Amino acid sequence: MAEFWDIYLLPALIIVGQILLIVLPLLLAVAYLTLYERKVMAVMQLRKGPNVVGPFGLLQPLADGAKLFFKETVVPTGANKVLFLLAPMVTFILSLIAWAVIPFDEGWVLADINVGVLYLFAISSLGVYGIIVAGWASNSRYPFLGALRSAAQMVSYEVSIGFVIVTVLLCAGTLNLTGIVESQKGDLGLLNWWFVPLFPMFIIFFVSILAETNRHPFDLPEAEAELVAGYQTEYSSMAFALFFLGEYANMILMSGICTVLFLGGWLPPADWAIFTWIPGIIWFGIKIAVLLFVFIWVRATLPRYRYDQLMRLGWKVFLPFSLLWVVVTAGFLVYFDMVPA
Amino acid sequence: MSFIDKQARSLLLAEIVTGLATTFRYMFKTKATINYPYEKGPLSPRFRGEHVLRRYPNGEERCIACKLCEAACPALAITIEAEPRDDGSRRTTRYDIDMTKCIYCGFCQEACPVDAIVEGPNFEFATETREELFYDKEKLLANGDRWEQEVAQNLVAEAPYR
Repeated sequence: MAEFWDIYLLPALIIVGQILLIVLPLLLAVAYLTLYERKVMAVMQLRKGPNVVGPFGLLQPLADGAKLFFKETVVPTGANKVLFLLAPMVTFILSLIAWAVIPFDEGWVLADINVGVLYLFAISSLGVYGIIVAGWASNSRYPFLGALRSAAQMVSYEVSIGFVIVTVLLCAGTLNLTGIVESQKGDLGLLNWWFVPLFPMFIIFFVSILAETNRHPFDLPEAEAELVAGYQTEYSSMAFALFFLGEYANMILMSGICTVLFLGGWLPPADWAIFTWIPGIIWFGIKIAVLLFVFIWVRATLPRYRYDQLMRLGWKVFLPFSLLWVVVTAGFLVYFDMVPA
Repeated sequence: MSFIDKQARSLLLAEIVTGLATTFRYMFKTKATINYPYEKGPLSPRFRGEHVLRRYPNGEERCIACKLCEAACPALAITIEAEPRDDGSRRTTRYDIDMTKCIYCGFCQEACPVDAIVEGPNFEFATETREELFYDKEKLLANGDRWEQEVAQNLVAEAPYR
């Protein structure tokens, strides 16, 4: 019995504890990301944003959550019930499990696997299933069109994201996310991070994750002007909330990946005493918050792309450009003998 | 040359960066929002809000039941019935305005020869039931007593333009 406890139960409990430690702050962050978005958008549009519920509207996300929670989940008659209810769960769970490999600080990672990048890539590719299943199971026109668009969009941009990641991998010499962050350590601090030498790739990566998370200006799947709400049209209550949470968790996740790949993860921007006093997880959080600000900033600024423009950008601009940059980076590394061991 | 210029601009995301800079600048501008229930925007003296039936300073109601407002009302929201009072003066026995029909055009106010029916500055009279919006004479006169000061001021301010 003691053996069973030591070998199976205790480690399992520890892992569950760790998962909770990641998921609970994450869900809180998702809730407050909605407020963050509303506030930033409001400020950019000369408004004040939510400020009535709680001080500075800080309880607004809870009020929204409670509202959604107490609403009725409507399942359309023609819908495939199992898939209809499964889809939001898939989206939500997929947006959470990817966090298993993200390093929050030195050694603060749930699963320090050596193919972390591949794992992330696999999970984010699966994300499209939630959406396409939702669109199909709703048995309705708008969700179906939204889901089709979404699938096409995510597949297109995943390709260029793949090539962008390859350039980082070439420079870092590892697929382990902790290793990638470690490879950005150096005397120059901020300038050692991969976004400096690979700046064009950083931009392409950022634009691609905008498309990948269906954010403005690439939010065609839920283009309300044409498709009502895209794949979410038939959803209500908690099913809708799960989609919503999944989408926002995905935004945070993608910002996290971007931080790890390009912005030096938990590393401080310089090795000065004041900066190194701040714990790594705070730096990680700050970097994510800045990237999320840019997400929202872009949303407040740009109009939506047309569908053909979106496809053109993905396949005719980003794909050749990132492919070219992979070749250039590889050639550069080999020619100057800088390939990491 | 213009080709190179154009391509360079699109490659460097010139337009997008300009747009982002604009929105960023707007973040620091004064906000246009007013904190509504506690702060309110200015109202013109011509504002046409909730109706009031006014009285003379001695407390006598102004309305003489000429029914010009009822005739002028394009939405047929006003219903008036009248009888001579005991002292021989002509007064309304019933003066109803269906606020759900009213389109707030102000014709009743224009038509009134004695400035009895006026659209006041009040726009916060939402109710929880439909029935509460069927105003009768009593309600309108109560409104008149409540808003007399503002209404009188607005009428004076508007007098030169009538």
